[in-house]
Amino acid sequence: MELHLTLVFNGLATGMLIFLLAAGLSLIFGLMSVLNFAHGALFMFGAYMGTWVYILIGGWDSNLGNLNFFIGMAAAAGIGIVLGYLVERFTVRQVYGNHLRQILITTGVMLVVGELVKVFWGPNVIRVVQPEFLTGYFAVGDVRLTYYRVFIIIFSTVILALLLFMLKKSKLGIVVRAGVENSEMIQALGINVRKVFTLVFIFGTMLACIGGFMWGPYQGQVNPAMGLDLMLIAFIVVAIGGLGSVAGSAIAAVLVGLSEAYMAYYFPPGSLAVNMLIMAAVLLIRPTGLFGATR
Amino acid sequence: MLKIKDLHTHIEQFHILQGVNLEVPEGSVTVVLGRNGAGKTTTIRSVMGFYPNVKGDILFQDQSILQQPPYTIAKHGIGYVPEDQDIFAGLTVEENMRVAMRKEDDKTRERQEWLLDLFPDLKLAWKRKGGHLSGGQKQMLSIARALVNDTPLLLVDEPSKGLAPIMVEKVMEAMNVIRETTTILLVEQNFIMASQLGDYFYMIDDGQTVFEGEMKLLQEDEGLRKKYLGIA
Repeated sequence: MELHLTLVFNGLATGMLIFLLAAGLSLIFGLMSVLNFAHGALFMFGAYMGTWVYILIGGWDSNLGNLNFFIGMAAAAGIGIVLGYLVERFTVRQVYGNHLRQILITTGVMLVVGELVKVFWGPNVIRVVQPEFLTGYFAVGDVRLTYYRVFIIIFSTVILALLLFMLKKSKLGIVVRAGVENSEMIQALGINVRKVFTLVFIFGTMLACIGGFMWGPYQGQVNPAMGLDLMLIAFIVVAIGGLGSVAGSAIAAVLVGLSEAYMAYYFPPGSLAVNMLIMAAVLLIRPTGLFGATR
Repeated sequence: MLKIKDLHTHIEQFHILQGVNLEVPEGSVTVVLGRNGAGKTTTIRSVMGFYPNVKGDILFQDQSILQQPPYTIAKHGIGYVPEDQDIFAGLTVEENMRVAMRKEDDKTRERQEWLLDLFPDLKLAWKRKGGHLSGGQKQMLSIARALVNDTPLLLVDEPSKGLAPIMVEKVMEAMNVIRETTTILLVEQNFIMASQLGDYFYMIDDGQTVFEGEMKLLQEDEGLRKKYLGIA
């Protein structure tokens, strides 16, 4: 029993981190119909930038105490905003409506960002320690719950709740939901959908960069391949959850996280195959994903 | 209020509109008629700025709106009710109205109240999702959504399409009220509706304006109706 509780706990933490990467991708895909192959690279850049700042100001033994972790997170969010704006403004905006060009140009961005990371921080793995206040664990029965994983679950759940609240209640959120369904009609109502596109792209990139930063201490390292590794998982999550659905992304991410945790324990080489099977099964039953709108 | 001058619209490699000329006087209901595929919907969508490859000129209140993006055209005060209503299925009726509001001020709320009095069905379905509405309710919502802002000109594309006769009557009654405050350009295949609402008509055939006049002229001329609409 303890084993299963531990695996579920680990799966939840992994899933919620994947959610941070996949939520933005899903909105970008759903609203803008943009196949953003650079999303994983932006996640990685956020990880490096946040980690660099986090380490630069002293890591866990800095005089700033635990604040340096949050400064690192803010740096990741900040670079996410800047990169999101630059990538949307100078590359993606030129190729709206053309999937082939989107794939080519975002793959180009992915390669450039990947090389930039190697230029700035080198090709080797950088070790990242968890902040002091999140090291260690507490026990519930025989199950050990590490503080960092609990933090990931709580933090990502708060982000999910805020995102759902914003999408449900705010005017911008309603515009985004409407735009995911029919961006042409949104324009006919007097809304500049391009501005909404830019905001969503920036927001999605920012979430990915925050997720990237949090991934470092979770795995104990950042490396130049981490974006590519997780990109495929994120696309699987988006396909399972349904394009443009944040709730769908969250559920699918948890599903994939649980499958990762179980497969990592029982049969690690089969992890990706099982995720693919889950995706295929969901798409066979619901071609638009769990919560995807039929167009 | 609206003038279309020698409008040519290309969609991909196809030359769809090949010289549409049309004038919508202020306070009128002007109807665009024609067979299926004649270019009626393309005309209305060209006015809304949905096609990038458009030549000629479109003047709204004596200002050219040609080549402007749809959101700018809408902001000038042109409301659009598309052929398939294009209700946001995942949004409630309330949210569909809210997303259309460019300002959430007292005037807009007053206009919304007026529209809900005009379409009481919408009030009853206020919290229901757009995807769960009947065809008639969707049409009402589509019209109400287009009018919730200050809208001097309303473009309506086949409001009777796919509706039960009772709903067509309801929509017609509403249009008769709306015409008192809003100029309307109506694309309609249903000749009964078109002739009862319309002051003027334009006949489009093969992407060109081929005939125009007062609606009573068409009501009286069976030959003309037969020639261009295929009805007696």
